[in-house]
Amino acid sequence: MRLLTLLLALAITSSSILAATPAATESVNLYSARKEALLRPLLDAFTEKTGTEVRIVAAFGGQLIQRMIAEGENSPADVLLTVDAGNLWRAADAGVLRPVDSEYLHSVIPSDYRDPDNRWFGLSLRARAVVYATDRVSLDSIAADLGGYIGLAAPVWEGRVAVRSSGNIYNQSLIAAVIANFGPERAEQWARGVVGNFARPPSGGDRDQIRAVAAGEADVAIVNSYYYALMLGSEESASISNTAIYFPTDDQMGTHVNVSGAGVAQHAPHPELALAFIEFLASPESQSLYALINNEYPVHPDVHPGGEVAKWKKFTPDDVPVVEFGKLNADAVRIADRAGWK
Amino acid sequence: MGAALARLNSARRRIRTLNSWTWTASVTSLLLIGPLLVVVFGLSAPANDLWPHLVDTVLAGYIVNTVGIALGVALGTAILGVSTAWLIAMCDFPGRAFFSWALVLPLALPGYIAAFVYGDLLEFAGPIQSALRDYFGWVKGDYWFPAVRSPLGAVVVLSLVLYPYVYLLVQTAFATQSATLIETGRLLGRGPLRIFRTLAVPLARPALVAGCALAVMETLNDIGVMELFGIGTFTTGIYRAWFGFGDIGAAARLATVLLLVVLAVLWAERRLRKSLRYHPENDRSRPVIRYVLRGRHAAFATLGCGLPVLLGFALPAAVLAWWHVRAGAPIDPAFPAIMLNTLVLAFTATALTVAIAWLVVFGLRLDPAIVRPFARTAGAGYAVPGVVVAVGVLGSCSLFDHAVDDVSRMIFGAGTGLLLSGTVTVLLFAYAVRFLAVSMNALESSYHRIPGTLDAAARTLGVFPRGMLVRVHVPLLRGGIATAAALVFVEVMKELPATLILRPFDFNTLAVRAFEMAHEERMADAALPAIAIVAVGLVPLIVLSRRFLQPSVIAETSS
Repeated sequence: MRLLTLLLALAITSSSILAATPAATESVNLYSARKEALLRPLLDAFTEKTGTEVRIVAAFGGQLIQRMIAEGENSPADVLLTVDAGNLWRAADAGVLRPVDSEYLHSVIPSDYRDPDNRWFGLSLRARAVVYATDRVSLDSIAADLGGYIGLAAPVWEGRVAVRSSGNIYNQSLIAAVIANFGPERAEQWARGVVGNFARPPSGGDRDQIRAVAAGEADVAIVNSYYYALMLGSEESASISNTAIYFPTDDQMGTHVNVSGAGVAQHAPHPELALAFIEFLASPESQSLYALINNEYPVHPDVHPGGEVAKWKKFTPDDVPVVEFGKLNADAVRIADRAGWK
Repeated sequence: MGAALARLNSARRRIRTLNSWTWTASVTSLLLIGPLLVVVFGLSAPANDLWPHLVDTVLAGYIVNTVGIALGVALGTAILGVSTAWLIAMCDFPGRAFFSWALVLPLALPGYIAAFVYGDLLEFAGPIQSALRDYFGWVKGDYWFPAVRSPLGAVVVLSLVLYPYVYLLVQTAFATQSATLIETGRLLGRGPLRIFRTLAVPLARPALVAGCALAVMETLNDIGVMELFGIGTFTTGIYRAWFGFGDIGAAARLATVLLLVVLAVLWAERRLRKSLRYHPENDRSRPVIRYVLRGRHAAFATLGCGLPVLLGFALPAAVLAWWHVRAGAPIDPAFPAIMLNTLVLAFTATALTVAIAWLVVFGLRLDPAIVRPFARTAGAGYAVPGVVVAVGVLGSCSLFDHAVDDVSRMIFGAGTGLLLSGTVTVLLFAYAVRFLAVSMNALESSYHRIPGTLDAAARTLGVFPRGMLVRVHVPLLRGGIATAAALVFVEVMKELPATLILRPFDFNTLAVRAFEMAHEERMADAALPAIAIVAVGLVPLIVLSRRFLQPSVIAETSS
């Protein structure tokens, strides 16, 4: 019994040590799907500018939304920051974000990249592009044989396409964009065609698809642009020197662009600070850094991308507002399941 | 008549032992079942049309993959665990002393990290296949190579890191099973193989079943390996329905099916064990005489023990270290704080979980009829995916918080806000739910070796039940407590999904950091925390396996 009491006492003491993290009086509480290490410079810059600390919990977007739902009106979260319009739409749909009235955000963020009801705002842009093997596919042939995304289903690409699983929201949003442009029937036909062209069953992340192309397992890979930029800037760049990026576009559908973004929590304890933080992230001074840390495109039209991304040619973004990806997400997932896109 | 009398007697005994211990044990288990109930009650959430869609398209695949991989891992861990345990317990060969503890090391390596390393090494674009292509001048389609990111790959990776559960329990069973029985077998002219098959393995079956059950439960709740390898199972399906669709109804249906499978596994385990309950005398004075292997046999034995250690531990650990060195990455300045966080958290969670498990197991011993249903159900938390436990814990803590908040608003006119949610307490609660089964298993098998006659003696001496616990059980249970504590400690160090979603602001653990960096594919930065998880986990595991090392024995020459 004494040992049992001792164990319990030990447990209680050390848990109170752990719990005794000093609570800042005024802080922005951030639930973030973006890793802390990436955000750290921006958080520090905000603290330096405003004197307000930013406390962070980083996890996956969907889990953070569930946590906010469970915490309800007592939730300590001020800001939810997550990637992909599909996730932002889900958060708004679940009622964990509140509409905010910000002239500033309206003026700097193009309307395609924010919620029509002002519950979330895009902060950076990424293209879902194609990386191809330059030793097996020429730029001319890719422009002719592929063109836009719809071309990925063409028979000429049989056994040559690498892409990750449809469980990933990036693919769900891409399928949603195809639905928005071509209608559900054509989109399903297209998904079946793409699945028939797989070089291998979907596995791994976007970078694994790029590696597969470089090594000759596939000829084209569908990946987010920043992964490619990140690999070009890493020690791996030599091993993918036989690859290049292509931004699919045809007459009907431009290059699929998605956002990372943020919104003020429905029950935010510090709503003004929360808004100030989001406005800070949208300001020109943060935008270049925010885009650069993950090799993305700034959402602010006057700020230019940096690093590897600056070297790529300009592309025509698709004109479907990103909010549609959320609305069409359920249809997209069903199409993927029916088409056998693992 | 006799039966009725027996029932009356047992009823009378039950009333006598219905004391505070029994109640505390039952209530505590009930508390740990809470989060699972929250999940099951999700069933009542309105089912939208996602569920029929899942049934039409992916459910069959989930069932095939889940059952296939679970059976594969059971088989794989049984083969690896039993063969190495037999070699260590019954044979003498070069390196035996080293392998006796080194065979436990793979347990320190989180499955998702092993999967990441092997996926990277063995994929088409990985170094091994690239080297083969370069050397032979092959291109795609010229050669066959097993796909590592496949259900079979998952079986192999998980078997390699989970077999130590079987090894630990079966080795102990082999080493402590009555020397007399084995020697009788020898006197009757049975060869080593025959003894292995007809005596040792049947005698060690409870341990084998318990070890395999742990490995299977860990497999059922795995999400990291399956996600990395792109395999659809119940667990990834729950994850997708819940966090992908926000469809709690469909997720709860999948989770309930999984929970039923788990309860069936646990039930089968009990059934298999029940008919085989032994109280072997503790004849450590007369240990088993080991076969001395020479020449070819010795080489095979060394190889047989060396391969699992190499593939399940040394190779992945070396690759991690190489990644770290290759990138020459500076050490993360936050690393010491994260390390300290992890250690304090793991110690606390271990103390709490083992204490609760002990309470429940003691209650079970006092009055199995009342405590058993609660205890068994609470043990299911181990096989439930960490994320599901996390959401259940989140739900039950928030129910509690809101209730307290409402009462306080009513009485004092001011709310209390969130008392538990977002604190370390929630994490500790989740760990207790998750890892109760691990510590209960270790404590129970330890308890089984304490003969009931000792309890009876304690009763007659009037030191029942507290005196019995302190003066009789505690000294005899030291080993079981050490095993339970070591296993829970390592599990908490490795735990990822629940930690990720439940942790407080600005709070990181080694597993979270390793995962975040690996997810960003910053392998050089992921390597250091991953190595730290493995290194810290090694300490209790080595202490633990040393405990199983038998005192020096007389060797006998054979084949």
